[in-house]
Amino acid sequence: MGIWRSYRLRLQRKRWLIRAFRKRREMTGIADRTASIRPGDILLFSTLRNEQVRLPYFLNYYREMGVNHFLFVDNDSNDGGLEYLAEQPDVSVWHTRRSYKRARFGVDWLNWLQRKYGHGHWTLVVDPDEFLVYPFCDTRPLRALTDWLDASSIKSFSAMLLDMYPKGRIDAQPYLSGQDPLQIASWFDAGNYGMTKNPMFGNLWIQGGPRQRMFFADTPEKAPALNKIPLVKWDRRYVYVSSTHTLLPRGLNLVYDEWGGEKASGVLLHTKFLDTFTAKAAEELTRKQHYAASVEYRAYAASLQNNPELWCKWSEKYINWRQLEILGLMSKGNWA
Amino acid sequence: MTTVGIVMLVHTALGRAEQVARHWAAAGCPVVIHVDRIVPKATHDAFVQALSDLPDVLFSRRYRCEWGTWGLVAATQAASEMMLAQFPTVRHVYLASGSCLPLRPVEELIDYLAARPRTDFIESATTADVPWTVGGLDEERFTLRFPFSWRKNRYLFDRFVALQRRIGWKRRIPKGIVPHMGSQWWCLTRQTLSAILQDPERTRFDRYFAKVWIPDESYFQTLVRLYSQSIESRSLTLSKFDFQGKPHIFYDDHLQLLRRSDCFVARKIWPHADRLYEAFLTDPATAMNRTEPNPGKIDRIFAKAVERRTRGRTGLYMQSRWPNPGWENGVTSGPYSVFSGFAELFEDFDIWLARATDARVHRHLFAPERVEFAGNQPVIEGALSDSAAVRDYNPRAFLTNLVWNTRGERQCFQFGPSDAQDISWFMANDPNAQISVISGAWAVPLFQSNRNFADLRKEAALLQKIESEFLDALRSPYAKARVRIWTMAEFIEAPMEPLQTVIDEIGHRALRRLSEVPKMADLRGFGQFLQNLKNQGMHPYLMGDFPVERDDAPPTKRPRKPYLVQ
Repeated sequence: MGIWRSYRLRLQRKRWLIRAFRKRREMTGIADRTASIRPGDILLFSTLRNEQVRLPYFLNYYREMGVNHFLFVDNDSNDGGLEYLAEQPDVSVWHTRRSYKRARFGVDWLNWLQRKYGHGHWTLVVDPDEFLVYPFCDTRPLRALTDWLDASSIKSFSAMLLDMYPKGRIDAQPYLSGQDPLQIASWFDAGNYGMTKNPMFGNLWIQGGPRQRMFFADTPEKAPALNKIPLVKWDRRYVYVSSTHTLLPRGLNLVYDEWGGEKASGVLLHTKFLDTFTAKAAEELTRKQHYAASVEYRAYAASLQNNPELWCKWSEKYINWRQLEILGLMSKGNWA
Repeated sequence: MTTVGIVMLVHTALGRAEQVARHWAAAGCPVVIHVDRIVPKATHDAFVQALSDLPDVLFSRRYRCEWGTWGLVAATQAASEMMLAQFPTVRHVYLASGSCLPLRPVEELIDYLAARPRTDFIESATTADVPWTVGGLDEERFTLRFPFSWRKNRYLFDRFVALQRRIGWKRRIPKGIVPHMGSQWWCLTRQTLSAILQDPERTRFDRYFAKVWIPDESYFQTLVRLYSQSIESRSLTLSKFDFQGKPHIFYDDHLQLLRRSDCFVARKIWPHADRLYEAFLTDPATAMNRTEPNPGKIDRIFAKAVERRTRGRTGLYMQSRWPNPGWENGVTSGPYSVFSGFAELFEDFDIWLARATDARVHRHLFAPERVEFAGNQPVIEGALSDSAAVRDYNPRAFLTNLVWNTRGERQCFQFGPSDAQDISWFMANDPNAQISVISGAWAVPLFQSNRNFADLRKEAALLQKIESEFLDALRSPYAKARVRIWTMAEFIEAPMEPLQTVIDEIGHRALRRLSEVPKMADLRGFGQFLQNLKNQGMHPYLMGDFPVERDDAPPTKRPRKPYLVQ
């Protein structure tokens, strides 16, 4: 990469940092327990809106995994989620009424919080419907992974988004608070992912899965990106460029091996397709706060009317991380 | 009574080190601990205080132990000297780290060593004989200079090595020693160890090794060769290394694996592996549920991990494996067959092929309208859909996914000039592709169709151009696929022989003669059709020389005898 390109990326990184700095006043602290963060703690950052029903299971899942502190930005929820979060002993939460879209889908807000609180920590950035699975996650806590990454001098860990869906209509089985969403949305597409390399940022751009198969079969280029790098040993100079797909500096995006080998990677089980999604899709159609004027939600609403079943004969039922490893969706790399 | 002294090098997880030190001491082994100087004084003092109730646990002078530097050797020397001076009953000294964990009862180790009072256990091999080292530095560790830190100043480190190689600047290896290397975790007898430490030439050797790279893997390993009466060149410490030369870490889920290892000590253990510490540091009677030792299993697991990290799974493209061109170790995960022109020349060729082989036979996977999967399925393995748009958006991913998803079952499909062509170069370059082409057979459907001749002429010209480009790809010097090309005229002269060859290669039901012959399309008048094209100024040449008059029935109508004989 030439000096000029690398200089431009540097400028871009600075720009996102300045933007995050400007956006910091959009958030007001509701419960700030960040003083209890100790060196070496693993932190989780998330933005959300009206996800109260998912929160109990979400918090529990990541607490058990070994996350020490949660930092949330609540984008004007009106379902009691904010109050619920404020009561949790290991949660700090900020509130904002400002535009999610103008904060580049929450990236600016989180970039600021990560810069302020995440420096020197392993930080995990996930949405409330995303559940991280990494090699040996059934027997080793997240700290084992981050210690190993530290020992291997690896700063970022890839976990591709895997869309989970139920068998039958999406709204057939209601999701109850505290329930494991994977009990309902337990199916996924195992092998229809295509990827290309983004020459600018060096990250892989992965598309495919049930959304491309069902909603974007005629316009596959519009299918959402599935590559994510949610776990990073954060430094205050780092920024997420768009969602957790892309980072700067560029080296953090090189989570793949180019010489034939496999690096260790995980999967984010994306449990968006529950009965709650129908209501969300309807709201987003009017709010238009999501990516590309909510193109995804529009495509979804269109198909929802006639055939809301994502399941097909060749869908795979989720068992555990080893299954995902064998299917080639994630890898142990040289972690054994 | 003689005993074993433990020298422990500690730098983190002091709590665990304390636990292990207590375990050794409880079995009557004196322990000398070296704490890295980087550990803050308060932490160090608390650690010393915590162990102050044990008279046989001592602390040696502290050095800064940066990885790959002399500090580690200096620390070992100091601690060993202290051990030999303070505990005269010690016969063997065992070098361990703070993250080592005794796997077998300490008594077993003591008995084992007592039965071998003159043996030194130290892995020690000459650089010429073992290609272990990572980073290409083996012999050169001993002949170059390394003033820059590999950890902190990698760039300068590499540049300086390159510079020395270029100008051929070399250090002289001291007289009398032959460089040896091996695991830094050893167990030496008092005689050998004291001979090394009290060598009159020691200052000379120390001065030399202080500037060798990673001296802790070579200092004792080299000098032991001067004094030892009996060397067992292996380490009693189980330690596995990954492709970068850093030790693999053991976790709770390795418990059964470690139980079945027959090693005395394992490293390194993750400090939070509570179950491991609990299982192995409890009283010796219950510690080992003695199971049949199976150390090979550990080797296999870690060797596999290295293999996965360096070679990966053939034909897999995923978030953490994206090989540069030429580094794929196989661009697809298994062999597959591509047939061009066969479906046009033979009626129901796919059905016949499926019967003749065990393979899965698709129709035109790259058809412009939709993907024609076998059995006309809308979705197949891996939820790969039949959308032509999705396929054409990333044809390479489509094909590699298909082959990956169906690994273990051979895939066959038809491919022709009316299909989407973006994939053709990829297939031509793939050694897993078996591509059989009957050139010019695309003309048969045109010949059979009921369309205006002007349209046919235009279409024929287009298809001929596309196919000719495809053939160029197959014939290019870069093509690695197993390619067979026949002109149509050539093929229909003797169709069974090429068919047999191709089918045999697909395998499985090999060694069986084809008993059933695919039915060839009726070609009466085809020669005239080609002539008509020529007369219109469009010269079809890919099908070879077809005589205008060819009134006899196609030769396959009367099956050729030799192929029917079992």
